[in-house]
Amino acid sequence: MDLFIVGCLLIVLSGWIALNTHSNRGSWWMANLGLWTGIALTAYPVLQVLIGGASQTISFNWSVPGGSFSFGLDALSAFFCLPVILIAPLAMIYGGAYFAHETRVLGKHWLFYNILCASMLLVISARNGLAFLLVWELMALSSFFLVIWEDDQAEVRRAAWIYLIATHIGTVALLIFFAVLGSLSGSLDFSVMSGSHSRGITTVVLFMLAVFGFGAKAGFIPLHVWLPEAHPAAPSHVSALMSGVMIKTGIYGILRALILIGEPAAYMGWILVVIGIISGIGGVLYALAQHDLKRLLAYHSVENIGIITLGLGSGVLGIVWKQPALALLGFGGGLLHVLNHAIFKSLLFFGAGSVVHGSGTRNIEALGGLFKTARVTGICFLIGAAAISGLPPFNGFISEFYIYFGGISSISSGAPGPVILAALLMASLALIGGLALACFAKAFGIVFLGESRTEQAARAVESSFQMRIPMLILSFLCILIGMLAPLTVCLISPAVKLLTGSEMSLAAPVGGLVRTLAIVALTLSLFIFLFALGYLVRHRLRKARPDTTAGTWDCGYAAPTARMQYTASSFASPITSLIASELGTRIKGKEVSGYFPESASYHSETLDIATEKFFEPLFRLVDRLVSPIRRVQHGNLNGYLLYIALVLVLLLVWKTGILQ
Amino acid sequence: MTGWNWLFPLAALILAPLLPGVINKVKAFFAGRRGPSSFQLYYDLAKLLRKGSVYSHSTTLIFRIAAPLILACTAVALLLLPWGGMSAPVSFAGDFILLLYLLALARFFLVISALDTASAFEGMGASREVLFSAMAEPSLMLGFLVLILHTGSTGLSGIASGIGFNDWQSSAPVLLMIAMAWFFLLLCENSRIPVDDPNTHLELTMIHEVMILDNSGPDLALLEYASSLKLWIFGGLLINLILPFRLDNLIYQILVFIPSMFIVSLLVGITESIMARLKLITIPKVLVGSAALGIVALLVKLVEYYQ
Repeated sequence: MDLFIVGCLLIVLSGWIALNTHSNRGSWWMANLGLWTGIALTAYPVLQVLIGGASQTISFNWSVPGGSFSFGLDALSAFFCLPVILIAPLAMIYGGAYFAHETRVLGKHWLFYNILCASMLLVISARNGLAFLLVWELMALSSFFLVIWEDDQAEVRRAAWIYLIATHIGTVALLIFFAVLGSLSGSLDFSVMSGSHSRGITTVVLFMLAVFGFGAKAGFIPLHVWLPEAHPAAPSHVSALMSGVMIKTGIYGILRALILIGEPAAYMGWILVVIGIISGIGGVLYALAQHDLKRLLAYHSVENIGIITLGLGSGVLGIVWKQPALALLGFGGGLLHVLNHAIFKSLLFFGAGSVVHGSGTRNIEALGGLFKTARVTGICFLIGAAAISGLPPFNGFISEFYIYFGGISSISSGAPGPVILAALLMASLALIGGLALACFAKAFGIVFLGESRTEQAARAVESSFQMRIPMLILSFLCILIGMLAPLTVCLISPAVKLLTGSEMSLAAPVGGLVRTLAIVALTLSLFIFLFALGYLVRHRLRKARPDTTAGTWDCGYAAPTARMQYTASSFASPITSLIASELGTRIKGKEVSGYFPESASYHSETLDIATEKFFEPLFRLVDRLVSPIRRVQHGNLNGYLLYIALVLVLLLVWKTGILQ
Repeated sequence: MTGWNWLFPLAALILAPLLPGVINKVKAFFAGRRGPSSFQLYYDLAKLLRKGSVYSHSTTLIFRIAAPLILACTAVALLLLPWGGMSAPVSFAGDFILLLYLLALARFFLVISALDTASAFEGMGASREVLFSAMAEPSLMLGFLVLILHTGSTGLSGIASGIGFNDWQSSAPVLLMIAMAWFFLLLCENSRIPVDDPNTHLELTMIHEVMILDNSGPDLALLEYASSLKLWIFGGLLINLILPFRLDNLIYQILVFIPSMFIVSLLVGITESIMARLKLITIPKVLVGSAALGIVALLVKLVEYYQ
């Protein structure tokens, strides 16, 4: 555990050195070296715990209210450290190349980047309420400064501002959560707090506070509004880190809160399941309606957080119904999806970053045909797209298979509860999967395939070697996890054991799951073999009968132009037009009319209905209510001195007890 | 016995191109024509395999790997399909999830290879394909769920051998609802009337034929073959449900089950002859309707639990 803390400190320290390094290249090298060394140091205890070692803790006997300042690693923390350990160094490598031609001074960027990485590790390992809130806040602030990097643009400033407010609204709920829990148990140390100190309605309130507070970070609908703003605004490696890794601290928080609250109840599971379904379906529908590549990916984070929550919710129900198989598969699927999503979402953000870097635009409608110039990026993006749509033989399929399998293995009793859960799980996962396939067929097909729609896209170039390496590593991991599916059970089972408690025996379902996944993996290898064989045969045929190249046939249309291609909006329109009013899509333009129309135009825009119909009116109302207080802030120094004097006098009066 | 269950996928690989042929014969009979030979697809495939391919300037590697990949997906999915009372060559709990997702992978590549041609027409077909399949998937899953509840086993082979004649006597309404929903999904997933029209590849055809418009030569052969295999898979699921013959003798089993696959062709042919293609806008409604059938069947099963 000492190594873990030393590693975190080293990461922060190297960031500070980077701040004081004058050249951009030098500051990246400093931060990079420090990050890699620090991550290597932290990885050692994490892996130790993961392969079955005992939990480790370290306490600092500082005088803080409510216990000691302590950090520790158990199976759950160690599992959530994995995405950080995996993604942070790769995003660092990618970021170095992404910013290769940056003219601004990068020292402060790398400082905040390293602080973010270290604070995520510390959030996951905090063992005391106060320590947790401190590092949580550090994480929020450092990521805020990363988002606001291009602060000369008004929309970036607005996005960062929305993020700052959203995360702090969540923090308020967490503050209350820890305060209530601490006052019930008499200490802020997690070891004292855990167990059922709360009863009845207090438990409900505590659970709702945790869901709200951590849900704002994870991006549950309707608290997701900051994601589609912040991810497009941030540089791509930061989006990858925030979307792939940081939002998972919210999921970690909910799991930790479940342990702290004690014995879970059925309503907790159902609430998580419903949140999961709403976030999953809502996220993917909004993603379909987007034209901005990074905004689209941000909505897919909401969708995947939904899938994770769906898994966790069914895991909770598995504990309540005393069904070890459901608990294992639900929690296991959710946890594995945390890791998988970190891998493929970072991969997709890297890919999107390379597109933006190479072409200069994030607008899907302006791109097209990039596969011809940027083939490696294209293949990596394709692998990420297939993985996030849950398609075999990639890793996304494996974690979704866990959750499906949980649904079907719970219904053997035939009781209504498990049957309804299974129906909800299977129908919503199937719908989410189908829509995600549609969305990524659109994202990949319109951006990378076909002909370039604009000059800008035609001039797009492949990204540098340094940017391709992290993408290739992550693509490889997507395939590796898919093909080594049975081994994933070892990865998740220590954390699941911690969540289900010691009285539940997981041995039987673990055995069954490993067997099933082994058959799945074998079938998938057969598929890959057949595909390779088919391709070789096809290749042979090609040698005997030479191919000809011609224009796209298109039913004989002779002179197609790139502008006649299907666009992303038209591709998604059969789906989005079904629910346009629910999504709040606005369409402007002049329709085609008459036999010889002079001009026509079409413009559609899908903003977030939660922002427009809920948060904006709410904040306007709050603004109106509290604006009179502004008069207190008049900027007159004498006035402020007067306030200080008044407060001091009041404190004196209160403390000396003259009034009694 | 174990080796025998590979016989059915093998039979499928050989006989699947007959299914569309029989459909066309049935349609010709209804129209009072003689119609093309039932073996027409075999002739087409043989001719296409002898030709070279024409590729568009716009296409990339994706277009070239799509056809073998789609065929590999469908062939592996075929191994998961049980027949009669026998289990599939590859069977495990939850195998239907892998089957559906393999078909989804095939669809993904078909869709992006259509987008690869830079043609608005093919993009249109791709866009419709993803909408309809996204809506079809939940009702397929619900159907499986009801059958799992009914038979108590979680793999396709267990489900298929778990439904017998007495099940049709005891809970016909539930099974009938699932069968109806699945028949419509079969029509939808295989791009038949009333969802799509396989006869022409101009304006009337909206989905499948349009997506493979630019494929030619051996690629087209692989795709046509894969789509006949897909029809065989969906037909097999339906036949397992509606024709619950469970014969002990292997020979009888083969003699009954494999010819009964062509009942699917008959049903599809009759449907195509007596119906017109639906308007595009009504198809989502019918798909939601088939999902509703699944939900009703599920509710009926839940009511049975309380009795």
